[in-house]
Amino acid sequence: MIFDHLISSDWSARANGLSRRKFLYVGAAASGGLLLSLSIPLARREAEAADADDFVPNAFVRIDSDGQIVLTMPYVEMGQGTYTSIPMLIAEELEVDLKLVRLEHAPPNAKLYGNPLLAGVQATGGSTAIRAAWKPMREAGAVARTLFVSAAAKRWNVDPASCRAQSGEVLHAPTGRRLKYGELAADAARLPVPENVALKRPEDFKLIGRPAKRLDTSAKVNGTAVFGIDVRPPGVKIATLAQSPVFGGRVKSVDDTAAKAVKGVSQIVRLDDAVAVVADHMGAAKKGLAALAIEWDDGPHAKLSTADIAAELEKATLNSGPVAQNIGNVDKAMASAVTKIEAIYQVPFLAHATMEPMNCTVHVRKDGCEVWVGSQVIGRVQAAAAKTVGLPLDKVVAHNHLIGGGFGRRLEVDGVTRAVQIAQQVDGPVKVVWTREEDIQHDMYRPYWFDRISAGLDEKGMPTAWNHRYAGSSVIARWLPPAFNNGLDPDSTEGAIDLVYSLPNMHVEYLRVEPPGIPTAFWRSVGPSHNVFVTESFVDELAAAAKQDAVAYRRALLDQAPRAKAVLELAAEKAGWGQSLPQRVGRGVSVQFVFGTYMAQVAEVEVSKNGAVRVRRVVCAVDCGTVVNPDTVLAQIQSAIIFGITSALYGEITLKNGRVEQTNFDTYQMLRMNEVPAIEVHIVQSSEPPGGMGEPGTSAIVPAVTNAIFAATGKRVRKLPVDAAALKQSA
Amino acid sequence: MALTIKVNGNTHSVDVDGDTPLLWVLRDVLGMTGTKFGCGMALCGACTVHIDGVATRSCITSVESIEKSQITTIEAIGATAAGAMIQKAWLDREVVQCGYCQSGQIMSASALLASNLHPTDPEIDDAMSGNICRCGTYVRIREAIKQAAKSMAQGD
Repeated sequence: MIFDHLISSDWSARANGLSRRKFLYVGAAASGGLLLSLSIPLARREAEAADADDFVPNAFVRIDSDGQIVLTMPYVEMGQGTYTSIPMLIAEELEVDLKLVRLEHAPPNAKLYGNPLLAGVQATGGSTAIRAAWKPMREAGAVARTLFVSAAAKRWNVDPASCRAQSGEVLHAPTGRRLKYGELAADAARLPVPENVALKRPEDFKLIGRPAKRLDTSAKVNGTAVFGIDVRPPGVKIATLAQSPVFGGRVKSVDDTAAKAVKGVSQIVRLDDAVAVVADHMGAAKKGLAALAIEWDDGPHAKLSTADIAAELEKATLNSGPVAQNIGNVDKAMASAVTKIEAIYQVPFLAHATMEPMNCTVHVRKDGCEVWVGSQVIGRVQAAAAKTVGLPLDKVVAHNHLIGGGFGRRLEVDGVTRAVQIAQQVDGPVKVVWTREEDIQHDMYRPYWFDRISAGLDEKGMPTAWNHRYAGSSVIARWLPPAFNNGLDPDSTEGAIDLVYSLPNMHVEYLRVEPPGIPTAFWRSVGPSHNVFVTESFVDELAAAAKQDAVAYRRALLDQAPRAKAVLELAAEKAGWGQSLPQRVGRGVSVQFVFGTYMAQVAEVEVSKNGAVRVRRVVCAVDCGTVVNPDTVLAQIQSAIIFGITSALYGEITLKNGRVEQTNFDTYQMLRMNEVPAIEVHIVQSSEPPGGMGEPGTSAIVPAVTNAIFAATGKRVRKLPVDAAALKQSA
Repeated sequence: MALTIKVNGNTHSVDVDGDTPLLWVLRDVLGMTGTKFGCGMALCGACTVHIDGVATRSCITSVESIEKSQITTIEAIGATAAGAMIQKAWLDREVVQCGYCQSGQIMSASALLASNLHPTDPEIDDAMSGNICRCGTYVRIREAIKQAAKSMAQGD
């Protein structure tokens, strides 16, 4: 999800103009060292006072006079390894050991830390961090290195060309003199910024492309890492809550007599649509919550069911909608096709189920508000808190923390607003912790989508027409309204309009239909999690209709996409495509280009006689351009594949009488250790700019698995999750 | 009436209802936040601690039921041979992603290793399938357990 179309918008145009000019400001840090602010020709003081029309920095590097290198991280660590790979970019050009870099979470400030690939919102998501940071972070390191070399050369009165940087110091080779960066920081801060700096050639990289040890892990194996849920401001109370079980409902009455009698419960907070129990500890809060007798007014969605929503989406697709893609003339091509194939696909609402349940700690004082939370959007946290308490932004301090799973859930601030509403009625700091049930039943869900898709084939079985229309929620329209244009947005269409295949006639329509009574949000791989499932399943249907091999059929359509073809061939070869398999075991394949990364996967799946599906092995070939940290690429693919298999086999949120039916990990299942397939990852060497890695593996695995189910059973899965009962072997 | 519990060798007196789950006493009363809350129903394993050496879900274990027991948490597991070896293997194998479930994973794995120096794949499945990892670090958890077992067996 990159907002390419926004490149021409004001924000990005300014950023582009900026990159042609001086992009880096150097000044003296408070500690007397060198401060580098990226992408900013203004002095820091001016930048902070600047209004929205001014250029402002989006990250900074600080080098203290003691040599400590501090990098303020504009992207947050939620397991994806960004706290290792982003520092690698700087350290590579700065010529320092990764172990010497210290990291700080960025404070809320979109002007300084906005994500250029997410329209300037201070957000970590969309598999954008490496793509956004790739050039500016290396440039930051290179400029700093150049300044240190210049400062040293000046001090020694020698030609800078006779000096070089290595391991955090500058060396004058002819005389063997050395100066550490810390000793040069004050001098370097006073030098003019070079207009242009040379970036290292890829063949000279010492860090980029080699597996690096993660910088955030030791605290995560001994219990000392502080996630949002672990903060404990002095005197903090613990609260848990019940929100209206039907979205849009209200509290009618509360009998809190029994709850107040629970030992450790100090207060019951009643809001319009929720009730919270405040206590000394979560045990008492939960016990108090269970003792509450709440009567709800369920409101307008009291009878809503998932079937109602699906029916509405289905109905919407009977009419045409905004055209997301049009190539050639589909109607004409369809009319002359030898074979016509059509299908309906559906994907369900999905919850995030991050292992760290939703939580937020807030202290509201008369003149200010302090918030502690793990968030993918810390700037929006601050804004949401300020709005809720009615204070100016600068009266709200928002602390970001490690995130116990994001996957898009923590791109939302509903939990912050809720916690602030509760904290406004509590004297002192309060940590609002959602139970797992509340977390699953009051999530903001990956949208339900309904698709009609058809194709026309020529006499050889190759596609001459491709017609795809689908309906569902647009998360972008709510989350980033300027990116929703003419009824379309870049997320809902990614993976549907830009297939890797050469299709001479193609027509794609997307209808935004917002379901009533259930909020939607981003979810690992979002649009592609839907579109790649539909398109790669349907290509598989075409191959089957043409009685052709699924890999050979795809390969024949990839002459214009050499990188896609290469990953397909690599995955097929490594998977032993074509080799015989036992009965009810099949291989399925998928190919995609989403999040800037080419990927092919082959899944090997076994379907038992009673329909149970077991994914035995997955082979993934990936071309994500230049690899920064190969071990992170591997880890993210392993992770994304398991995330995707979980959704394919188990993931489904349903509504009955307006209520989410799933409650905890018994009814909203996760893949477990005993179900994990062997996973092989093959990385294609490439010097192209890096692509995103957090999400592609999730969208690719789902059709690979369902196509394998088809190969094993002859049954096509067109609705997720997989229905094991439908896969039973007939007697 | 205050209850007494022994955590990581230290005795604590806590004034909570006897049916309060150990998890909340650890996290909110004693401030030991390494043990995590995930589900509250013993479905995910994030809250795993050792009670007299046995991997146990603290979210459903009442504090009154363990007054006589020795409780070990993630904060002290590194002081045991198996725990230290597991932690090292976790770092060597780069198991961790978001890290939230890893306290529980490490506690389950340490308990396995303390009683079985040569765990087979099915034994690893048995010991670890109660622990959910949403980041899907299972592949590396299995590798790390095997590495730790090998190191323990070799007396490294």
